[in-house]
Amino acid sequence: MEWFMIVTAGVMISAGLFSMLKEGLVQIITGIMLMGHGANLMVFISGGLSEGAPVFANSDGLVSKASADPLPQALVLTAIVIGFGITAFTLMLFQHMKIKLGSAKTGDILHRVEDP
Amino acid sequence: MSLLLPLLIPFAAAIVALGFHGRIALQRWLAVVGTLLSTITGMALVLEVDATGLQVLHVGGWAAPHGITLVADRLSAIMMAVSSLVAFAGAIYAMEEIEESMIRRHFVPLFLLLLTGVNGAYITGDLFNLYVWFEVLLCSSFVLLALGCTREQLRGYLKYVVLNLFASTLFLIGVGLLYGKVGSLNMADIALKLEGIENAGITGSSGLLILLAFGVKAGIFPLFFWLPSSYPTPPFAVSAVFAGLLTKVGVYSMIHSTTLYLAPGLEAWDNLLIGAALTTMIAGVLGAVAQTGIRRILSFHIISQVGYILAGAAVMSVAGLAAAIFYLVHHIIVKANLFLVAGLIHRRHGSDTISKTGGLLQASPFITFVFFVSAFSLAGLPPLSSFWAKLGVLQAGLQAEAWLLSAGIVGVGVLTLISMLKIWIGSFWPPQEEEEEAKTLNTPAPLMWAPCALLALCTLGMGFLGAPVYDLAVRAPEDLLQPQTYIQSVLGGQP
Repeated sequence: MEWFMIVTAGVMISAGLFSMLKEGLVQIITGIMLMGHGANLMVFISGGLSEGAPVFANSDGLVSKASADPLPQALVLTAIVIGFGITAFTLMLFQHMKIKLGSAKTGDILHRVEDP
Repeated sequence: MSLLLPLLIPFAAAIVALGFHGRIALQRWLAVVGTLLSTITGMALVLEVDATGLQVLHVGGWAAPHGITLVADRLSAIMMAVSSLVAFAGAIYAMEEIEESMIRRHFVPLFLLLLTGVNGAYITGDLFNLYVWFEVLLCSSFVLLALGCTREQLRGYLKYVVLNLFASTLFLIGVGLLYGKVGSLNMADIALKLEGIENAGITGSSGLLILLAFGVKAGIFPLFFWLPSSYPTPPFAVSAVFAGLLTKVGVYSMIHSTTLYLAPGLEAWDNLLIGAALTTMIAGVLGAVAQTGIRRILSFHIISQVGYILAGAAVMSVAGLAAAIFYLVHHIIVKANLFLVAGLIHRRHGSDTISKTGGLLQASPFITFVFFVSAFSLAGLPPLSSFWAKLGVLQAGLQAEAWLLSAGIVGVGVLTLISMLKIWIGSFWPPQEEEEEAKTLNTPAPLMWAPCALLALCTLGMGFLGAPVYDLAVRAPEDLLQPQTYIQSVLGGQP
């Protein structure tokens, strides 16, 4: 299972990077999101994956050693929330750019000298 | 406890400012008072850390490797104090410059949260916590940069947002990988765990990702493109504070990480750091040559100065690190001040393009004096603070027998002087044209020149009476180069 997740994370990150290099603002934000989620998945796997081990403590208060490290899962929650906020803000901003600068292409935004 | 104050005060002030949304004057004062208190507590912390050693706080009483630890060593305390000082100058300047409509759009809380994020990044002892602080300061800077939303601002903004988000993602991946390998996020714990490992190179990949992320934030050579396109666009108070604070967080993190917790895997990469420092210096100073706006010239010089600081740090000796730290302090103050002075010039002439200004030498002795002190301090004229900083970096470079680097340091110093002379000759020397004089030129208000005077005095003080600061900067690397003390005081746990 782990190898599948690792490959998925890698594919997501590279697809995100590819998308970020595109010209349209929509592609860029898609790329940022994909890459962010790929990174989240990466952190998530770093705690290890385990099947069939209970996460709860038994009656002695001991947690099974076979279960995955919960810390990265907590970290990923934080990262997801931050990523969500930033994505929402960036979307708003890109919409604003489109309205004010009259284009959703990076080339136009960066190099157009005259006003639309 | 005292190490929390420079962090909590701006945060608390930001919350209070959010509550008083409609009270414009009150909010402005909150920004000034919050940053002033933060400066005072920051300076008190410097003295305390210098006298008694590392300050450690385990948040919520959770002991070190498990909870979040806040650690103040000499370097982070100095950085917090100086950053707060620059934010204080920016807050006074903003009282006059920032319009009411921007205050209504939550300028003050954002400004204070930016300082909170910066101070948090200096003080944290936990890698993931560092990521969170980076996001705090990044989010506030995103909104601060976009406030007002002029076309020019939005245009410069795109690179800033995308590159910084990219860097944050890289950092997150690096942290995740490092956790997978080492099993800890506490910096001291990571350092301890890597100590015994023979093949410490296993952390190389995550270390490189993390360093790359810091590099984007610091604006080192191939990764700096966001900086000159975004810094010249916002109001001057904002760009001055950005120029003083933001890239320095990246530089600080690079110094801190390579000396403490990324060091074992990266010993072979010293040359990489030296190469990055050299190319950053040269690329920044050459980029500035082509520019015509004062703020654009200054933005490129930030990059070249980051190269200098890295050069000192890359040598990895006490002398080199001390010079780098002295340079950091000098650079934060001088660079912020130059942006503020550019604001004064802009206020007078309605533009900060060199060709549209002139005659400042006769018209305004004050601007001339402040600019002279800051700009020629930046260029490294002998009695001023940067001379000692550059001398220190050069000495460290020569001691380490890094000849190419040393040659670069000297050459770039000359080019910096030329660049400052360009502003001097363009804006100050030529007499003002008649028709220009007929236009009523705005004289900047006292609230705008007061912070410039304050920072110029600091620069002069560092130049003429720099010995105590330099001594402090020489003691600071002791914390950095002997991680044992750091590890012990974090993990050996005073509660």
